[in-house]
Amino acid sequence: MRQQFTSLEAHGFESPTTESAFSSSSSISSSSSASDRRLKALARHFVDSSPVPAAVMDSHSQNPNDTVSPSPTSSAFHADSVFAHLVRAPEDPILGVTVAYNKDPSPIKLNLGVGAYRTEEGKPLVLNVVRQAEQQLVNDRSRVKEYLPIVGLAEYNKLSAKLILGADSPAIQENRVTTVQCLSGTGSLRVGGEFLARHYHQLTIYIPLPTWGNHPKIFTLAGLSVKTYRYYDPATRGLDFQGLLEDLGSAPSGAIVLLHACAHNPTGVDPTIQQWEQIRQLMRSKALLPFFDSAYQGFASGSLDADAQPVRMFVGDGGECLVAQSYAKNMGLYGERVGALSIVCKSADVASRVESQLKLVIRPMYSSPPIHGASIVAAILKDRNLYTEWTIELKAMADRIISMRQQLFDALRARGTPGDWSHIIKQIGMFTFTGLNSEQVAFMTREYHIYMTSDGRISMAGLSSRTVPHLADAIHAAVTSFA
Amino acid sequence: MAFRAVMSRRVTNRSSDIGARWMSTWWGNVEPAAKDPILGVTEAFLADPSPSKVNVGVGAYRDDNGKPVVLECVREAERRIAGHSNMEYLPMGGSVKMVEETLKLAYGENSEFIKDKRIAAVQSLSGTGACRLFADFQKRFRPDSQIYIPVPTWANHHNIWRDAQVPQRTFHYYHPETRGLDFASLMDDIKNAPNGSFFLLHACAHNPTGVDPTEEQWREMSYQFKAKGHFAFFDMAYQGFASGDPERDAKSIRIFLEDGHLIGIAQSYAKNMGLYGQRVGCLSVLCEDEKQAVAVKSQLQQLARPMYSNPPLHGALVVSTILGDPELKNLWLKEVKVMADRIIGMRTALRENLEKLGSPLSWEHVTNQIGMFCYSGLTPEQVDRLTSEFHIYLTRNGRISMAGVTTGNVGYLANAINEVSKSA
Repeated sequence: MRQQFTSLEAHGFESPTTESAFSSSSSISSSSSASDRRLKALARHFVDSSPVPAAVMDSHSQNPNDTVSPSPTSSAFHADSVFAHLVRAPEDPILGVTVAYNKDPSPIKLNLGVGAYRTEEGKPLVLNVVRQAEQQLVNDRSRVKEYLPIVGLAEYNKLSAKLILGADSPAIQENRVTTVQCLSGTGSLRVGGEFLARHYHQLTIYIPLPTWGNHPKIFTLAGLSVKTYRYYDPATRGLDFQGLLEDLGSAPSGAIVLLHACAHNPTGVDPTIQQWEQIRQLMRSKALLPFFDSAYQGFASGSLDADAQPVRMFVGDGGECLVAQSYAKNMGLYGERVGALSIVCKSADVASRVESQLKLVIRPMYSSPPIHGASIVAAILKDRNLYTEWTIELKAMADRIISMRQQLFDALRARGTPGDWSHIIKQIGMFTFTGLNSEQVAFMTREYHIYMTSDGRISMAGLSSRTVPHLADAIHAAVTSFA
Repeated sequence: MAFRAVMSRRVTNRSSDIGARWMSTWWGNVEPAAKDPILGVTEAFLADPSPSKVNVGVGAYRDDNGKPVVLECVREAERRIAGHSNMEYLPMGGSVKMVEETLKLAYGENSEFIKDKRIAAVQSLSGTGACRLFADFQKRFRPDSQIYIPVPTWANHHNIWRDAQVPQRTFHYYHPETRGLDFASLMDDIKNAPNGSFFLLHACAHNPTGVDPTEEQWREMSYQFKAKGHFAFFDMAYQGFASGDPERDAKSIRIFLEDGHLIGIAQSYAKNMGLYGQRVGCLSVLCEDEKQAVAVKSQLQQLARPMYSNPPLHGALVVSTILGDPELKNLWLKEVKVMADRIIGMRTALRENLEKLGSPLSWEHVTNQIGMFCYSGLTPEQVDRLTSEFHIYLTRNGRISMAGVTTGNVGYLANAINEVSKSA
């Protein structure tokens, strides 16, 4: 068989495939439509009298003089792209706001879209402690850039677990917690989701309505099926606690439940401590698995410990849970992608096995996490002075946001804007769910160059004393123009 | 404390009401996972107290003292960056500047494809992240496709395409008898694959074998790919590291581009800029036109968003600072050449040492192969002996990371290899 092909190859025909010209007596056969398209695409170029790859020639034209060779300088080989059928994906609804904002030439434009902290001057902020830690790192010539282990920087992992669970947490002392460094909150959620999809018995996750737009995508791609539970009550602009209890109460036993540890995104509505206790009891009675997303520890109330209470309550009852942490906001490390996933288990042995399986999720995703941001975090958390300074800077950011809430509320009241705006000061964290509808939002963008997500969420971090009046004017106009 | 006591009392009182389920672990069925074959080697090495231990496992460059290296151009870039930029989120597609500079390295400084904006490109989490994003993209938009992977290849390639749920096939690559390329079988496999198959190719310095096709062989492969309408995806993790000249190391890619293929490329700065832990890389897909490139890039971003939202900033800043400054870029090119030359020197030294010891086996392949790795031909049993008797750490497929070889340990290494292989 091989011999025959060799001689034919000499004439410019290559050896047959299962679908090739030689396996049938008629013209080029192909068993799949993909190869049909491919061959047709190539065939289109015959009429241009461009070089023709041998495979496409009719099996009957076995003329040795028809040998062809590729002409490297010819641009005639215009194969169809295998991705020609793609359509352009829509912009990410949140990050797309910044894209639109950047395009706007207006001098009075205001970006209240993405949740990134801004100073009173509207500038991004790098914390002093971060700059100090950075300098330390740069000046230390003994530092190298080697690969971190798959689970990340060990010191950082331990410190992160302590930060969210408490330094004296029995779960930590008993080695029942496995913590892996991940790519900020998103990465921690995704790795946790993939782990659950592989090893957990109930592949449904309940997410609050509403929630951060990226949550459903993360968990769906991780392989979980996503359902919702009631959370926000538009009538009160507060928590629909009854609805929440009902929905979690009717969830199948063992289902996963996503909980925002504090400063719910996008609503800013958090359960009270008493309500958290009820949620905990309900969840434990139904064996629902808690998966906390903690993206704002310290940012909500200004106190790291207070903001960690809900998580600690759950861990304190001895049960298991997952926690995704992010340092994007509370340490201002946004772009460095620093976060951690902790899984609290029943025993040290289980925790160790869980960690080994987490590595199998991470390795084929990105091998190991980036070193820079985690080194900064570790440097700050382990140094008493830097840590103290950090808590002060963090409180200052939280306080500025709380003051912006008050100013906006006062400004709307001063204008006599119709409606009850007390939710602005009741809600907590970086975001306010204004209650504005998408029509009103579009109006504000058009007429006042105010950029926010169409669900009416504004990032208070993007406001300053200087810009509050402008926003208040816009809201007032929007509310009075569109009832 | 009191709160806790109260809580735990409440908990115990209610235990009869609560399904006993939540009292026991959810994870009882979780088996301990197998250690990663490559990274597990370093773990074992670190745990070894022997003073004569040698790590030739993971592919991370070491200087002649066996120490990790941070390039001077990188140090300078970091000095410029520290204290001068904020840490805002990058766009989902990463640093535009870094991506632009990175495409020039792969496609050519004056590439028409760059000018015509035909390349969809996003910053990625080093090479792994680029491969994974492409695999996910391939799964989503060519769901009936499969990936042809060379034998052997970097172990994580299999994990990546498996987790992306793209079916895998293999194609012949390494020829154990000659410790070179099995070109005839490779070409057969290309021809026998269904038209329009996706192939993973190592652009240069094949990992783990160090065996690369010649320029002529690349041209033949390109021609055959055209005939079959195959898709070529290049994993280029060692540009600059193979020959010392980044332009030369990109030759395979340039051949395919000249021949009109619409390729995909995964690039990494882990080795050639020593940025390992920073996780800096780039995924690019060459499209028919600018419109398609825009569409493809937007879809790649859709895959990145639910994985990590946007890529890490620091490494990207280092890369764009270096490549954007002609002086720093020249310094980088010099430093890359130094690294590549040291490795080539160590190959020569290892081979000479083995020949001097009178080893009956042929060690030509040590200098024929290229890049960071030498596929020694040692069996797993021989490798185990190297580790247990000589405290030499390498992966069980016999792959030696030449970057871990120094003038200080090459004699010891040669002796040990000779000992375990002479009775072969």
